[in-house]
Amino acid sequence: MTHDRRASGTRRAEEQWGTVIGVDVRDPVAREVLDEVYAWFARVDDLFSTWRDDSQISRLARREIDLRDAPEEIREVLERCDELTSESHGAFDIAFAADPRVAPRPGFGPIDPSGFIKGWALERAAAMLGAAGVANFAINAGGDVLTRGQPEPGRRWQIGVQHPFDRAAVAAVVVGTDLAVATSGRYERGDHIVDPRTGQPARDLASVTVVGDDLGRADAYATAALVLGDEGIDWLASRPGIEAMTIADDHTATFTSGFPREEHAA
Amino acid sequence: MRRAIPVLAATGGALALLANFHTRPAAPVASVAAVAPTTTTAPEPTSRSSASSAPSTTTTPSDTKVVDGPVASNDYGDVQVRVTLRGHQIIDVQALQLPHDRSRSASISNFSGPILRREALQAQSAQIDLVSGATYTSESYAESLQGALDKANR
Repeated sequence: MTHDRRASGTRRAEEQWGTVIGVDVRDPVAREVLDEVYAWFARVDDLFSTWRDDSQISRLARREIDLRDAPEEIREVLERCDELTSESHGAFDIAFAADPRVAPRPGFGPIDPSGFIKGWALERAAAMLGAAGVANFAINAGGDVLTRGQPEPGRRWQIGVQHPFDRAAVAAVVVGTDLAVATSGRYERGDHIVDPRTGQPARDLASVTVVGDDLGRADAYATAALVLGDEGIDWLASRPGIEAMTIADDHTATFTSGFPREEHAA
Repeated sequence: MRRAIPVLAATGGALALLANFHTRPAAPVASVAAVAPTTTTAPEPTSRSSASSAPSTTTTPSDTKVVDGPVASNDYGDVQVRVTLRGHQIIDVQALQLPHDRSRSASISNFSGPILRREALQAQSAQIDLVSGATYTSESYAESLQGALDKANR
């Protein structure tokens, strides 16, 4: 969509996965490296899009391919998602389509790992950039954010958390160097998060932001906590290596004690 | 050079944030916009008996103004905020009343209350590199904060 070269680095944004993926590199980087990263994002769509009948995940759901014959990425993702289902006591469950637009097919189990894929794919993209010698960059896929290094020497990345009730405002600012920040909320696409345990739409929370060291895990945890509602923040606080913030429907914000937010000196 | 995003620089954003404290669902922004510029001095603290009570404004030295919003009741209790303005800029927001039934253990959280006063200030002044949020669509990206940020930095 755009490809802007600046003195300090390169910024690129393209439509993918039904949203926009932005890569903001603050080091010199060859165009070919970013081309490879975006080619990876396209491959992820080929593999995992539940919107496309020809994706590997759709073919798997129709039993057209066997799991043993599926690409290695599919098997890895399904294994990781099983672990996340266990960790979240069923609140995150790809075998229950979290998105009701992904209709279960008669006779076939629905598979919708989209609550995990974006984060997982961005971690791989970060590894690609790291292998190419890029140390300072950020990637944002539709609101799931991953950062490495620094935006400028001596300054840390500052990530605004979208205010759920005001499109023009942020509700908090997360600060750090190597971060994974995932937000799940009901404000962008409506009440589309369904509790796999009850089949009912998630309630209580307007948004959940999870900060950790792995964006796939953070992504899944944010979805799970939204489903858990009022219990979500307590569950997140019990998870090692995770910090979180929830904003409830009554506009109450709750943070875990180590949440890395900017303390602003007024 | 990088610069603050215009959409965040507006005082209106922070006022809209405050609007959300008032009622459930959120009060129209216009009702709050009417609160801020008021210079009527009301010496008594705002009564908490009515959700429709007029906001009180106290003029203090050095062009600083303190405005107490009306008490708003929702399903969870009463909420009231005090806003300090210098000119038209919000320099502080305090919660005067919060619902009590949602308090959390200190070991779990270090804050629980209406969305923070400090973050209300942040929205006006922070240098923000990226925005995390619920997934926007390709179509709504342009209207998203990240879309605005990308446009400003182009």
